[in-house]
Amino acid sequence: MSVVTNTTTIGAIEAPSRRNTELAMLAFAVIIPVFAYANVGLAKDGSLPAGMLGYGLGLSLLAGVAHLMVRKFAPYADPLMLPLATLLNGLGLVLIWRLDLEPTITTDALGGAMAPKQMIWSALGVALFLGVLLFLKDHRVLQRYTYISMVVALVLLILPMFFPAKFGARIWITIPGVGSLQPAEFAKIIIAIFFAGYLMVKRDALALASRRFMGMYLPRGRDLGPILAIWALSLMILIFETDLGTSLLFFGLFVIMLYVATERTSWVVFGLTLSAAGAVGVASFASHVQSRVENWLNPLALQDGGVTETAQAVYAFGSGGLFGSGLGQGYSRLIGGIAPKSDYILATVGEEMGLTGLMAIILLYGLLIERGVRTALAARDPFGKLLAIGLSGAFALQVFVVAGGVTGVIPLTGMTMPFLAQGGSSVIANWALIAILLRISDTARRPAPAPAPTSDAEMTQVVRP
Amino acid sequence: MNKPLRRVAIFCGLLILALLVRVNWVQYVKADELAKDPNNRRVLIDRYAHKRGDIIVDGKAITGSKESRSGDFKFQRTYKDGAMWAPVTGFTSQRMGSNQIESIEDDILTGTDDRLFFDRTLSMFTGDKKQGGHVVTTLNGAAQRAAYKGLGSRKGAVAAIDPKTGAILALASTPSYDPSKVAGNTDEDVKNWQKYEKDPDKPTTNRALRETYPPGSTFKVVTAAAALEHGLYDDVDAKTESPLPWRLPLSTKNLVNDGNHPCENASLRVALQWSCNTVFGKIGADLDNDKMLETAEKFGFNEQQFVPVRSNASVFSKDMDKAQTALSSIGQFNTAATPLQMAMVTAAIANDGRLMKPYMIDRLTDPNLDVLERTSPEEMSTPLSPENAQKLQEMMETVVNEGTGTKAKIPNVTVGGKTGTAQHGVDNSEKPYAWFISYAKTEQGSPVAVAVVVEDDNANREDISGGGLAAPIAKDVMQAVLDREK
Repeated sequence: MSVVTNTTTIGAIEAPSRRNTELAMLAFAVIIPVFAYANVGLAKDGSLPAGMLGYGLGLSLLAGVAHLMVRKFAPYADPLMLPLATLLNGLGLVLIWRLDLEPTITTDALGGAMAPKQMIWSALGVALFLGVLLFLKDHRVLQRYTYISMVVALVLLILPMFFPAKFGARIWITIPGVGSLQPAEFAKIIIAIFFAGYLMVKRDALALASRRFMGMYLPRGRDLGPILAIWALSLMILIFETDLGTSLLFFGLFVIMLYVATERTSWVVFGLTLSAAGAVGVASFASHVQSRVENWLNPLALQDGGVTETAQAVYAFGSGGLFGSGLGQGYSRLIGGIAPKSDYILATVGEEMGLTGLMAIILLYGLLIERGVRTALAARDPFGKLLAIGLSGAFALQVFVVAGGVTGVIPLTGMTMPFLAQGGSSVIANWALIAILLRISDTARRPAPAPAPTSDAEMTQVVRP
Repeated sequence: MNKPLRRVAIFCGLLILALLVRVNWVQYVKADELAKDPNNRRVLIDRYAHKRGDIIVDGKAITGSKESRSGDFKFQRTYKDGAMWAPVTGFTSQRMGSNQIESIEDDILTGTDDRLFFDRTLSMFTGDKKQGGHVVTTLNGAAQRAAYKGLGSRKGAVAAIDPKTGAILALASTPSYDPSKVAGNTDEDVKNWQKYEKDPDKPTTNRALRETYPPGSTFKVVTAAAALEHGLYDDVDAKTESPLPWRLPLSTKNLVNDGNHPCENASLRVALQWSCNTVFGKIGADLDNDKMLETAEKFGFNEQQFVPVRSNASVFSKDMDKAQTALSSIGQFNTAATPLQMAMVTAAIANDGRLMKPYMIDRLTDPNLDVLERTSPEEMSTPLSPENAQKLQEMMETVVNEGTGTKAKIPNVTVGGKTGTAQHGVDNSEKPYAWFISYAKTEQGSPVAVAVVVEDDNANREDISGGGLAAPIAKDVMQAVLDREK
């Protein structure tokens, strides 16, 4: 199966740019968080909050500039991704601001008010988004940096080992005077670029040159190398950085991209076997993994006579019920520390917006992932396909790992909910991720250039309905 | 590559589906259980998030609510005349829990009772703050004040009952404590509580319900009732077979009287008038343990009372020999009674032999004072026939008119009573308790029966006598009730 036969060309029909749809959706994406902001103020003080106008204008400005840039530089891009990201980011800001109003979790020792900082990070994120759209005219350029990406990703992943652990996990790089950085968030994008470039080149070799064993296609030893390397890296992250989430994310990402590239189910089986073996192996001796699993199995168990963070989050969800207490009227601050604003931000959503609100948020993420996968389907080049599915897959896995951890589907891991949770690295990296997806979708949906008059081009272009 | 892409899309969909199923499980299926889990602090926060319903006496609230100074609980309890009403209300504290009415009627007061469901639903729509219902008590503010003031700085307790219904009119205990000082969630509240708990005078003990004292001579009315009921004597003015001195059966000891009174072969009336130990001791020995026990238990002895606050069981022992029965029959030996129990004895006699079940909650209401539940008076037993009850009343009225209880006399009102000075401690080494039980009677029957006990470390031994210390308090309480009746 060659590259060319899979490429779908839409043909000469002019596809609508859908930019006006995007603008209309963006209006909702700005208005909903502004209403939420007003809601918090009314619930807390009985009056509209003073910062509402500034917040509304700020969010409108970010969304407006982003929209204009998309209109100019990626006119055929997917119309929903920007509004979805804006809405999630906007709601995240409201939730963080709402939690800032709780004095017990906004002490100076805990870093004080987080919303203003998060607003700046969001602006930086949008700036990076614009930068990517502006300077990355064609995503295929990234293919040139395949091996550089690998080195950068490895450095980013290994670096936190040399910095002190924070909040129980070694996932931070502390730069004195600037703050701390969560390199895994950026590594997620860069490693997807590496995988996409690497697999595009190697996929035929991986797919075809395999031995059949018990009905399964097993890879050759020399093709096995990179897979085992990634597997070892994931385990190392798990062991040395005590970061279950990142490790799961990278391995899952690799398995997904490998599967898409080779179309071999046996790779999925092989990958899952490896990860299961690794997870069981590590869990049998790493105490922090065991305690996480213990906490997951008995979320309400008391620890030293006290209610654990996990239990507080579960109580927050339960107390929210179907419709929630209303924004600003819940008690997710009981979780304590900065956790309600970061890892456990969904607990606030669940308690204050109820099951309906939480399901809506999860569906927003689902929709964003769906748009990403659709972009992968629509992409015309294999690198674009692989990169798009890699980024969407990473996003999906992250959403599942965080939301699943907080709600108790899987043991809790320390990762942040994209766009929603407090954290600069996360919001900046995810805006970049959305920008790359928009760039790929713009390329995919852009009308095919008029067929060149050369007979050479005629021969190589195959049109499939 | 599109086939695996579609499969990955389905996989991502399954991840989202798993999340949706899980949040439905947590927030819908398990929601109620989690929301009510005792470790979920929201339960407590919600409990104190709105004003608690009040406990009401004479149409006025004796409790209130104010905003807490610190912490995440919004409202805390306040009490008006907290120390005076503490034996009635009990306390409710954000840190130390609650007791008595505050605990028993907690569902009504916090508004979580099922009967308040409609109010809760309504306030959900009107946007009003949730409110608790109220507890309307049977107590009489003036009687309570008279009892509390009368006890003053002395240790003691008063219980007053309406004999016709069993409604409790006064329930005082001193020294008392101010439940306002322990209502909050601060360390100061804890410190106050510890101070109260460590106090050797036990201010948090509800003496009227929970302390049993040897009833001393006041128990002789029970013995007299037993004598009449079991037919030992019929005529209260006929001579009894009571030698003086009288030796305790199977013993080398004589039972002595307190002072030189005409107790030899004295009639029941004279014996009660002068509180003759020899006469009533011998009645006890003659009737024997079983018959005494039967009458005592009809009056409520050996049984806890729930008014609805629990009152300790008063004691009249089983399986005693004749000498022990004789001593028990004059309120010594093992015999012990709560002030409430002695008020019940008095009330049964004043109500012509019918003992009404004592209660102190008249009705439970919703926040708008509409009645949810009303307590109706209930007969508990009939320890005496009406004739015998009237005979006993005559005897008790003689005590007040001509005997040891003259200090309880109220002009133009029939008052019957009995004094008691109960010895206790090894060889009577400790200061005795002064008792007085009495009732007042008008043409409409008896509106009040009262029992007073004073344990006073500071008084001279001679001063401690029911007639001297306790009778004036009983008189004031009865007077307060009579004034209200008019």
